[in-house]
Amino acid sequence: MTFGAEFKEGFKLSFAALNANKIRAVLTMLGIIIGIVSVTLMGAAITGLGKAFDASISSIGADVLYVQKWPWMSHDEWWKFRNRRDLEIGYADKIRRDATLFAAVAPVVGRLGTIKYGNRTANNVQVQGTTADLVYVSNMNFKEGRFFTDVESRGDRPLAVVGTDVADQLFPNQDPVGKMIKVNGLPFRIIGVRSKQGSFLGMFSLDNQVIIPIGQFQNIYGTHFHPTIEARVSDPKNMDNATEELRGIMRKIRGLSPSQEDDFSINQQDLLTNAFNKIAGIIGGVGIFVTALSLFVGGIGIMNIMFVSVTERTKEIGIRKALGAKRRTILIQFLIESSLICLGGGLIGLAFSYPLSMLVDKFLPTAMPISLAFIGILLSLAVGVVSGIIPASRASKLDPVEALRYE
Amino acid sequence: MKVIELVKVNKVYDMGAEVQVQALKDISISIERGEYVAIMGPSGSGKTTLMNILGCLDTPTSGLYLFDGTNVSEMDDNDLAKIRNQGIGFVFQTFNLIPRSDALHNVELPLIYSGVPVSERKERARSTLEMVGLGERIHHKPNELSGGQRQRVAIARALINNPSIILADEPTGNLDSKTGDEIMIFFEELHAKGNTIILVTHEEYIAEHAKRIIRIKDGMVESDLPIERNGKVKVSHPAEQVKA
Repeated sequence: MTFGAEFKEGFKLSFAALNANKIRAVLTMLGIIIGIVSVTLMGAAITGLGKAFDASISSIGADVLYVQKWPWMSHDEWWKFRNRRDLEIGYADKIRRDATLFAAVAPVVGRLGTIKYGNRTANNVQVQGTTADLVYVSNMNFKEGRFFTDVESRGDRPLAVVGTDVADQLFPNQDPVGKMIKVNGLPFRIIGVRSKQGSFLGMFSLDNQVIIPIGQFQNIYGTHFHPTIEARVSDPKNMDNATEELRGIMRKIRGLSPSQEDDFSINQQDLLTNAFNKIAGIIGGVGIFVTALSLFVGGIGIMNIMFVSVTERTKEIGIRKALGAKRRTILIQFLIESSLICLGGGLIGLAFSYPLSMLVDKFLPTAMPISLAFIGILLSLAVGVVSGIIPASRASKLDPVEALRYE
Repeated sequence: MKVIELVKVNKVYDMGAEVQVQALKDISISIERGEYVAIMGPSGSGKTTLMNILGCLDTPTSGLYLFDGTNVSEMDDNDLAKIRNQGIGFVFQTFNLIPRSDALHNVELPLIYSGVPVSERKERARSTLEMVGLGERIHHKPNELSGGQRQRVAIARALINNPSIILADEPTGNLDSKTGDEIMIFFEELHAKGNTIILVTHEEYIAEHAKRIIRIKDGMVESDLPIERNGKVKVSHPAEQVKA
């Protein structure tokens, strides 16, 4: 008997057997369905979080160093940093003057403000003050218009670049470029609209933003805002050297003696990425363990029911053996049966988890790539084969005389 | 030509705790192609063990079993399965049909295991069912058939692969006497067509349909005698029995 024919016969028999015990088959499947739903949902959540993080982190350039008072990630107590001196806008020029490994340096100050155009208002907009260099520091793309030039920023011209959210809110059906908006009551002319950047981990929008020259920012909000100095490295491969150079320059600016610790922090994307990967790794590990456990329990259910099925059909196995079925034929028959239960469970599980992942996406970024669906199907098949192999092998080794005598 | 030859076959069952039961003792039988033989014996005589060995469902502990000239006494599971599939047609007392499958599929089974292509398989199964008079009931499941019909499905299944022997174990045991007689007449027809039939029974009147009766007692051949056409047993000298 050929393998193909054995397979076909095995399929037929398994369908008939499952059909004869529908409720049992469905109940057994339930274990696998739950397992596959949890595995794929967990996978979708992890993938989605990762994607959202990648999208969000791209707004923080990988080759940009951020000089700030506070570190982004630290195991030290916060009060160690509280007493540090604040950064000053003038540092940016000093760094630019001394640095050799940096392409651009820009100070950025920010706070929330209210923007008005005619009778329309946008609240809680992130108002940023900076210099023309920011366009070289960030990978800034424009939907329309341009950034302000060095001359314009040094001259503190009342010009503004807006994010897409602000543009959409204030100018639903118009071209914002050239329009006059009011930032805290003072007029600014829009010269550019940034491209959409999305949200940070789905929590807040990066596009609800207005950028103005730093001198104008101080006019509006005062001079007590302390900047972040953003510096882009010329050669991303040279991050470590550049970081050291920046530290040296900052220490010189601050006049620190060699025995003194840094009283500033140099932050970079890596810190966030590493922290995220660590957390994602832990969540993923725990999640996969828990979901694998549920699949394992489902697999035990399958094994159990397959033992019952083999025992129930002992006589039938005896008849088949008497008629010339080989061990392999019987083995394949029962393996196909357990695999079919699991495959069915896997497919039903996927049918549930796909819409569920869409629902979860409303609260948590979720993405179910095709590969995950494939993994789900393969996983369910694997559970079927693994949990079916012991009962199937027992069936295949039954003694035909004993089996025929079984009632 | 001998289809079956047993030479000094023994079967010992290990019952554990060093207790052994000798079910067959030095059995030597030979059966020619085209014979119609009944194997008789009370329960516990070893006739079922003998039938299992003849049917290649079991192997002897010692001794030689030649089936169609092939030594099967030391074959493994898979080779035995092949012999059962192609050389032996089983007819059981309890019919032993697969309950969920219809008559056609039941009859097809041996052909599936020997790898016959679908179309040929269906055709052969259909015509064999027609031969046993069930052409109208090929899609009936066993529980939709009467006892006699079920046994005829089983006979069709036994015949489908043109086996060297048909091994029938109490084929009328679960049938009323009228249906049983019909089945026995059917066996006679099969024998007339040249089939080799081995009938295992404990009923004298059933055994008398055969042309030769082998009586088993306490695991040994008690007698091995041909039957005269009128049904009377030929009296032979005890010395001849020993030779046989």
